Formats: sequence, C-alpha cells, structure tokens
Amino acid sequence: MAIQKSRNKNIGITLYILFILVPIYWLLNMSFKSNEEILGGLSFWPTEFTLENYAVIFTDPTWYMGYFNSILYVGMNVIITLAVALPAAYAFSRYKFLGDKQMFFWLLTNRMAPPAVFLLPFFQLYSSVGLFDTHIAVALAHCLFNVPLAVWILEGFMSGVPREIDETAYIDGYSFPRFFGRIFLPMIRSGIGVTAFFAFMFSWVELLLARTLTSVEAKPIAAIMTRTVGAAGIDWGVLAAAGVLTIIPGLLVIWFVRNHVAKGFALGRV
Amino acid sequence: MSLTLENITRVVDGETHINTTNLSLEPGSFNVLLGRTLAGKTSLMRLMAGLDRPSSGRILMNGADVTGVPVQKRNISMVYQQFINYPNLTVWENIASPLKLAKVQPSEIKRRVDEVAQLLHIEQYLQRHPMELSGGQQQRTAMARALVKDASLILFDEPLVNLDYKLREELRQELRNLFKARNTIAVYATTEPNEALALGGTTSLLHEGNIIQTGPAAKVYRNPINVDAAELFSEPPINLVPGRITDSQVFISEAVHFPLVQELQGLPPGDYKFGIRPSHIGLVPHNDDDLEIAVTVELAEISGSETFMHVKNQHFPLVMQLSGVYEFHTDARVNVYLPAHRLFVFDMEGKLIKAPSPIIGGAFNG
Repeated sequence: MAIQKSRNKNIGITLYILFILVPIYWLLNMSFKSNEEILGGLSFWPTEFTLENYAVIFTDPTWYMGYFNSILYVGMNVIITLAVALPAAYAFSRYKFLGDKQMFFWLLTNRMAPPAVFLLPFFQLYSSVGLFDTHIAVALAHCLFNVPLAVWILEGFMSGVPREIDETAYIDGYSFPRFFGRIFLPMIRSGIGVTAFFAFMFSWVELLLARTLTSVEAKPIAAIMTRTVGAAGIDWGVLAAAGVLTIIPGLLVIWFVRNHVAKGFALGRV
Repeated sequence: MSLTLENITRVVDGETHINTTNLSLEPGSFNVLLGRTLAGKTSLMRLMAGLDRPSSGRILMNGADVTGVPVQKRNISMVYQQFINYPNLTVWENIASPLKLAKVQPSEIKRRVDEVAQLLHIEQYLQRHPMELSGGQQQRTAMARALVKDASLILFDEPLVNLDYKLREELRQELRNLFKARNTIAVYATTEPNEALALGGTTSLLHEGNIIQTGPAAKVYRNPINVDAAELFSEPPINLVPGRITDSQVFISEAVHFPLVQELQGLPPGDYKFGIRPSHIGLVPHNDDDLEIAVTVELAEISGSETFMHVKNQHFPLVMQLSGVYEFHTDARVNVYLPAHRLFVFDMEGKLIKAPSPIIGGAFNG
C-alpha cells in the first residue's frame, strides 16, 4: 500500500518534470537542427545533428558581444546592489532612527511599479548626462528594483544574527570595519548568496529597460535575439541556440546558490 | 583597578531603566547583582561595560572618567546569557581573537589560550567550531574568551541560565575558584537568590532600576533592609502577613496570637508586617514556642526533592518549602507550625525593624 502510494507519487513527479522540461527540450532540439529541418515537419530529435547554429553565435561579434554586454551589466548590478544594500540593511537591522520603519516599507514600494513606468525618465536622464548606451546605465537602472529587494532580504538575515555578537566583537577590540568583514559577513553569507541570486535573476531577464537604454555598445543578448529576422526570414536555429546559451548562466547561478536559497526560504524573507 | 558609578541614570524613550545609582566596586572583588527580570541588571552591566551611555552621571575607572570612552578602549570582558561566539572561527581562534587584536606575540597567545582552555576543560575541542559543541562547551568557550585577556572588569550576564542544573553547579564552582587568584573586578548578574548565596562575594539587590541594598551575601540575606529586599532574596518569596504587637501579645492578622516572645520585646506596640521564610514553616513543631496554624492546602508543587506547599486560612496565604516529596489533596486540612523567634518584623512602610538572630553554629540555612 505504502509502496503503491509512493510509486504513484513518483510517477506524478516524473510526469510533472517532463511537462516542465518539454519547452526546454524543444529549444535544445531546435538548436541542433538546421532551419530546413525545423520548418520541414515534426521530428522529436535532430535527424541531421549540427553545431552550425552555435558556430554562428561564437563567431559573430554582434552575437557574442550581446552575451558579454549582458554579463557585464548584470555583474556590475550585482556588485553595486550588494555594496549599497549591505550597509543599508545593517543600519535597518541594528539602529533605530527617525522614520526607519516607514523608510523600510517605502523601499519595497519601489518594486510595486512596473519597470516600464521608469522608461521615460531613465531614457531622458541618461541621454542628457551622456550615460545612454553604456553598461553602467543599465546596471544603475536595475538597481532601482534590486536594491530594495536586497535590503529587505539582507535585513532578515542580519536580524537573525544576535546583536550580542556585535557587542562581543567590540568588547574584544574589533573595529567596526574589521568586525564587519571578518565576523559579520561570513555569518550572513547565505543571505548574500540569496541576494546576489535575486539581483542576478532580475537583471538577467529584464529586457525592457535594458533594451531601451542601449543601442549598440551595450546591447544585451535578449535584445539581439529579437532582431534575428533577416531577408531570408527568421533564423530559427540560431535563435534557439542563443536561447539555450541564455539559459546557461541562470542555470549555473542556481546550481551554486541552491542550498543558500533553501535557507533563505526557511528564514522567511525570500 | 576600581570601578565607580557616580549618580548614574539611564532613561530610554522616557522610560527609566536605571534610577540614580551609586556603586563602587573594589579591585579583586566578586560582585553579584541580584534582581528579577527587568530589574535593570543588564542595563546596569551595559553601562559598566560602556555599551550604553548613561543619561546622566559619571563612570570612573581607577578614578579616571571613562564615561565617553568607547568599549574597544576599555579593557573589559563580557559573557552573555546566550552562548555568544564567532561561529566562523574555531574555538582556538575565538579565544585568541582578543589577544590577536591587542597585538600580543604569537607565542604568548598560544601559551595563554592553552592555559585558559585547560582551566575551562575545553582543550580537546580547540580545533572545532562553536556550533559543533554542546551548550556547556559553547559557554565555556565564551568564558575562556572573556578570561584570556586580563580584563580589568569582567561582566557575567546570567551566564549559566541556559545550562542544565548539573552543569550549572559545576561551572559556578569553577567560576568562583577562577576568580580567587585574580585581581579583576567580576560582576555577575542573576535572578536566583540561591545562586547569589552560592557565589558569595558582595551582593547588590536590584529592584525596579534601584540598588536597594549592597553588602556581603550572607549579611544581606539575614538582614534585608525592607520588604522588597526580603522578597527578592528568597526563593520562593518570603511570606508577608499583617500583624500587631500589643503590650503582652503578638497578633498575626487576628487569627493567631501568642504571648510576646523575648525576641520581639522592646518593640513599640502597633501594626507591623511579619515576614516568614517558606523554609521555616513546617508540618511538625520543632520548638516549644512554634505557633500552630490551621490551614487548608491549595496546591502542593513538587520541585525536585522539595515540595512547595501553598496553603491558606481565612486571613492570609502562606507558602512553605518542605524538603522531601509530599502529596496532599487540594482542600486538605493540616496544621502548620512556624517558629515565633524566626519572624522578620517590618514596619508598615516595609522597613526592616528586626531580623531574627542567626542560630549560632548553624550556618545560614535561613
């Protein structure tokens, strides 16, 4: 009976995962096919296996620079987000100051507006100060959404560290920066991992701001993918290969932070 | 090194945590702060440590004003109720960290860490991380870190509360021995009267942000200056019943009266409050002058090998502490006996008028 039940459960889970993986499999499948085969008819695996589509991406700078641009501004964004949010979260978790609770909530309200709302102000502002089409422009724009979330998550982790540890460190003679680097940051490394993950994810998948604030120099991969319609029609195979390559960084990041994220969920701030 | 608090107050958000307090701690002394939860023990220790600034008043160390000196520069140590260690450092690194920060020679660090680890019996755990240790070992690590640096003031904020009974006794004994040879001021906060007595030293009773009495533990225990002090320094709290003394008789709330005993002679007639320690009341008479009171049992609470009996007659409730396990039905009628010569007498304002003289030869079992 129990075995029967758990077998049913396993079948259910297997089916669920299969269904979820269907679109990803289809993408992978397409990326190894030629355009003729994709358009030719239904086939569940590549009959003529080809790496041609990947070769196009890795040899054409307009393609691979897209990845480079994306990774560059996402990396910048994660670093800036953490650099700004760590001290802010520490202040919120350790000190009382005028309007601290209101401000903490207000931070989160920043995320309530859709990114599209900020298109116009960002575009106009960056154009007038000469930041248009730079990596830092996109990184900074994404901070508007990532910093509040990062502060919120990190504050939860920091509040889990007893204040007495700070005090003991000062009593032992630690200066603040030394305590923060040597004792405090290692204690909340799960939180930093989770925060970096969320910042990365938002910035990596966000398309609207990234596309609007760039034109050539800092053009993200997702924007390049929307412009594959050539004279000969849509280049399905290359597009699929680009899609696969776009999934990979996210996959890697998730692989590295999966344990931390579980901890983050347990702490209730994610 | 001596520590003096001069007219210290601490007010947080309009709430007084510490009322004007004067306290002077001698070098090499062991001081116990006894008070209930929220009495201000932690607040006072934080002021001594320099973690908080007093709202008014001055703190002097060796006569020098240190009121505004940051905690890093004060050469103190503190052990908290929670087991506070640096989780990402090994036990060895934990203990060594104050010395490393003080730029002590590595060979000297090694010598001192090993020495203090041996004192606290954690030498076999030095390479582990604190989270891999039991609660007692974690607290020993925290104590080792506090002891390693020759601080001039060591603060213990209820360090043994989160440990089990056996471990607590053991560690308390060791702690007392550790301080015998040191010229450090130790301050130890506790809520438990028994712990204060066991530790000895100087006891200060803290009540609602005031130090109400300071003195050697046994002396304070025998002569609490008022009702608050008597209640505080007794577990379970001392019984207080209204009473009256006339020219020839003593009344305990009209129900019980007895001829004026020798101990109470010389007190002016009038209304008083009598205090009786729960451990002094018994189920059998011990002396000829024991007073017999008929009561009904409300609750017999068994605590280890002791029984706390809550009884009452129509005028007042009493709590008795009996050694041994007793079982009584609720509402059972019993006679209890209390010794007339062991009454504490307080005036109506609660000030101590007369304490029973200690029994010669018998140590203070109360």
